[in-house]
Amino acid sequence: MQTLDLSEIGLREVNKALHAQSDDTNQTAWTIENARGSHAIACGLDAPIEVTVKGSTGYYCGGMNKQATINVHGSAGPGTGENIMSGKIVIEGDASQYLGATGHGGLIVVKGNASSRCGISMKGVNIVVQGNIGHMSAFMGQSGNLVVLGDAGDALGDSCYEARFFVRGEVKSLGADCEKKEMRPEHIEFLKEILAEAGMDADPSEFTRYGSARNLYNFDVDNAGAY
Amino acid sequence: MCGIVGLFLKDETLQPKLGAMLTDMLITMTDRGPDSAGIAIYGAGSNGNAKLTVQSDTPDEDFEKLKKDLKKEIKGDVEMTINSTHAVLEIRADQVAAARAALREIRPNVRVMSRGESLEIYKEVGLPKDVAARFDVSSMGGTHGIGHTRMATESAVTTMGAHPFNTGDDQCLVHNGSLSNHNSLRRKLRREGIHIETENDTEVGAAYLTWRMQNGATLGEALESGLNDLDGFFTFVVGTKDGFGVVRDPIACKPAVMAETDQYVAFGSEYRALVNLPGIETARVWEPEPATVYFWSHNDSTLTEKAA
Repeated sequence: MQTLDLSEIGLREVNKALHAQSDDTNQTAWTIENARGSHAIACGLDAPIEVTVKGSTGYYCGGMNKQATINVHGSAGPGTGENIMSGKIVIEGDASQYLGATGHGGLIVVKGNASSRCGISMKGVNIVVQGNIGHMSAFMGQSGNLVVLGDAGDALGDSCYEARFFVRGEVKSLGADCEKKEMRPEHIEFLKEILAEAGMDADPSEFTRYGSARNLYNFDVDNAGAY
Repeated sequence: MCGIVGLFLKDETLQPKLGAMLTDMLITMTDRGPDSAGIAIYGAGSNGNAKLTVQSDTPDEDFEKLKKDLKKEIKGDVEMTINSTHAVLEIRADQVAAARAALREIRPNVRVMSRGESLEIYKEVGLPKDVAARFDVSSMGGTHGIGHTRMATESAVTTMGAHPFNTGDDQCLVHNGSLSNHNSLRRKLRREGIHIETENDTEVGAAYLTWRMQNGATLGEALESGLNDLDGFFTFVVGTKDGFGVVRDPIACKPAVMAETDQYVAFGSEYRALVNLPGIETARVWEPEPATVYFWSHNDSTLTEKAA
């Protein structure tokens, strides 16, 4: 286990040490101490390592992550896991706004609540939130899955493309062109797998699926007056 | 960007450290806005008297003999404490209007930063660490206070464009965000007779609250109607004689984190600002909800929360 004290060596040294790890590194377990809300912790990693961050993080923790597993033992600031490509980020506390924005792949798990714009413009990432999510979540979501064990705020999935949303609790309101969809066997199967991977205990049959009504995909001449 | 901090003390033993704690929080937020900084401190009351905090770019000239000259003009007692470019004038509460009128005559270059029984506002262009050192904010005690570090977007980098803005007796406002309808609202408020000094958007927000309260609204009601009438992005923190309040616009892009323990309620634009507070590891930490008015008061220190 390698330990890096952020308050002693600073952010650049911490990230440099993590960036230096290759695909076949022997140093696979890392701990970062004294996070203290710092920005850009463990950003841009690209190695199969496991990083534990002690304390709450600021902006963009785990941004652009590839392969690595990042555990935040605290809450996470805005833009956590932004543009994640693969790997896994687990947040023990709450996550601030635009969690996993534009994420292409991988998995983000939040054990608390996630704030507004969770999964905005998601492009393939899977996000599982044990608590609630805020307003405008998955705005323009293109692909991937947003799974919420609690409630969703206003305007879920506004202007979404083919991302899928599974919510166990209440949805305060759906965004433009987002609609409730039928839960088919393949969705139950998917939920079983993703919930197991996220370490969450929930009954897939209690979820409702939402997704694009696909009315905004093409220009409709009847709407010409609106332009 | 801009950075906001706020601290409301429940534990009286922390009161002597208020200025030091707020200064530390504000300096942490420096990289959110290095243009100018300001701090509002709610300190000891002034025995029923009023405090006018005034500022001058040429304090040596303007503050010399000010006490004597003002005394003569208002025919009443004046106590004056000079602190760098600022001075706190203590006068009888019923002489505030007369003193302000007199100041305009005898010291046209002196600007009023704040008025109230316990509020003092100190603000200048510069980094938070320099502004705080200039006024020795760290040595100030008090019950609660708010601070702001500015990245200017809507108007010039000047002392008068710095936050906090005084909105009424013992009331002040700091803002992270930008208001987009400030020009039309400024014209409207000026027609209503409200004095607005600069082209700054936040000053219009502050003047709007003043106007609503002059027309009978409570601060909470004024903030709620602000959610409809102010167009743009904002996280506001407002200070009152008894406490402070927080409100974010419905979109809530501008970040905000709060922490509460038995000893204090704290606000920061980021969690970083809060990490040196005592007991932060076990504090309740959360983000205030959009379009929701929060208040803490020393008269009733329980959380009041209302969705507008």
